[in-house]
Amino acid sequence: MKVTILQFPGTNCEYDTQYAFEKLGATTEILWHKAKEVPSNTDLLVVAGGFSYGDYLRSGAIAKFSPVMKAVTTYANNGGKVLGICNGFQVLTEARLLPGALKRNNGLHFISKHHHLKVINNDNLFLKELECGDVVNIPIAHHDGNYYIDADGLKDLEANNQILLRYTDAEGGTKNPNGSVESIAGVCNKNKNVFGLMPHPERAMERLLGSDDGIKMLKGFF
Amino acid sequence: MIKAVVNISLKAGVLDSQGKAVHHALDSLHFNGVEDVRVGKQIILKLDESDKTKAMTQVTKMCEELLANTVIEDYDIELS
Repeated sequence: MKVTILQFPGTNCEYDTQYAFEKLGATTEILWHKAKEVPSNTDLLVVAGGFSYGDYLRSGAIAKFSPVMKAVTTYANNGGKVLGICNGFQVLTEARLLPGALKRNNGLHFISKHHHLKVINNDNLFLKELECGDVVNIPIAHHDGNYYIDADGLKDLEANNQILLRYTDAEGGTKNPNGSVESIAGVCNKNKNVFGLMPHPERAMERLLGSDDGIKMLKGFF
Repeated sequence: MIKAVVNISLKAGVLDSQGKAVHHALDSLHFNGVEDVRVGKQIILKLDESDKTKAMTQVTKMCEELLANTVIEDYDIELS
């Protein structure tokens, strides 16, 4: 299992992501944004979290024009598996590899805390180790995590089982930290090879640090 | 040279939480006659171009590709 992790100027979760996947037995490579190709032995490409290009203009808006993004788009369109975490999710929506957009949190604050998430669909690679309705505890850390999609887009997501995770309370009841449509925390594309979520599973790998629920999520890719 | 002023704001129907916060602040300062507040951003471009039609085409393309995210934002271009 080879995991390639993208690094833009301003990315800051690449080493946590590397730690998480290596803990699960993967070999990893951090790929600088100037690369023109995705390494051919890549099994999973991760767009890691952070603040690419300082979040200037909009989160993820500048990163989508990095040289490597052409290769990422080709890789994804050929069925390659792509996971975008936090800023990576924002980059993938800006690049139109995932539907919708991430707006400023409704409360206007940066939110950094553990939050519960409910598994909505598990007929995909990412969440196959979990059951629908499972509640996991995963950290969130974002200013622009308020997922938006219009009514027609939402219908499509529901019809194709593209909603992966919703924010909830510990019992799986309604609790929405940032105002996102239908409390959506993560989605995938129609072909179910591109995944994006605002929470950070790579920061939930050690019980000592609050939760190791991220293991069950990332294991799905192995 | 043409100056292009691009105004970008969230689409009608997309909740503008910054606008709401500013509205509340105005209320608390007793500016009571405000019906609605929308917060947007303005991008000012100087173009090495003299043909307004060409400038408009060029700036529209810039908005579609980069300056605005048309999933959530509308844009408006003024040339002078």
